[in-house]
Amino acid sequence: MMPGRLAPIALAVIALSMVVPARAATIEITMENLVISPAEVSAKVGDTISWINKDVFAHTATAKNGDFDVTLPPKKSATSVLKKAGTVEYYCRYHPNMKATLKIEP
Amino acid sequence: MHKHLIAALAAMALSAPAALAAGPAPTDPQIAHIAYTAGVIDINAAKQAQKKAKSKDVKAFAEDMLRDHEAVNKQALALVKKLNVTPEDNDTSKALSKQASDKLAELDKLSGAAFDKAYVANEVAYHKQVNGALETQLIPSAGNAELKSLLQTGLKIFQGHQQHAEHVAAELK
Repeated sequence: MMPGRLAPIALAVIALSMVVPARAATIEITMENLVISPAEVSAKVGDTISWINKDVFAHTATAKNGDFDVTLPPKKSATSVLKKAGTVEYYCRYHPNMKATLKIEP
Repeated sequence: MHKHLIAALAAMALSAPAALAAGPAPTDPQIAHIAYTAGVIDINAAKQAQKKAKSKDVKAFAEDMLRDHEAVNKQALALVKKLNVTPEDNDTSKALSKQASDKLAELDKLSGAAFDKAYVANEVAYHKQVNGALETQLIPSAGNAELKSLLQTGLKIFQGHQQHAEHVAAELK
């Protein structure tokens, strides 16, 4: 038992976590067999979306409000950083039956 | 003995989907042929559109059709090879091909905006027809699980194309 020694370390850890802001997260969104999953995702401004196309077909992630339009060639990935808050509905321009929602918090 | 035969026939009749009442359910080699033919038809239509279309959206749509249907057919060929199945020509494939060559000839006489409209309208109708066949006939009749799964992916692709074609058609008006 060394409570005397552990306490300062614990304090230092707490202090550090208070100074360093929460790291921006990377969120994976997959397109496979013409299905976008997850169909609904929550993220924050500053987070990165990693778009992963597992199909042999090209897809796009196209925001209905024009905020983003990512083209994904077959079996390729791409990333985009979220810059604006809001609930964005997006779809694939080539296969408009592929639809999903991205909830971006400030 | 006779009674049993009648019962067996009745059971077979009941299990056949209504759409197939006119003939026997297609076999896997026939289904593979129909699906591949359906893809080739749309590839040929897209090639014609690439040469004749005027609108940028219609040209882009034709490009999308070409890319997707070539990708689907590549998968279909890989699957029949893997399963050691030889696609078998049949009346449905023949009827589809005949209908398609008549349509190609009809569209060939058109040009400019008239061609664009007619091509996109036919793409909507054609994808609708193929989707109907996939849903009611080809998918339920497919025996092999991998073939069934490829057809299900094909249905989603075709449904996407139908919606895409409907969007393009609406833009042309």
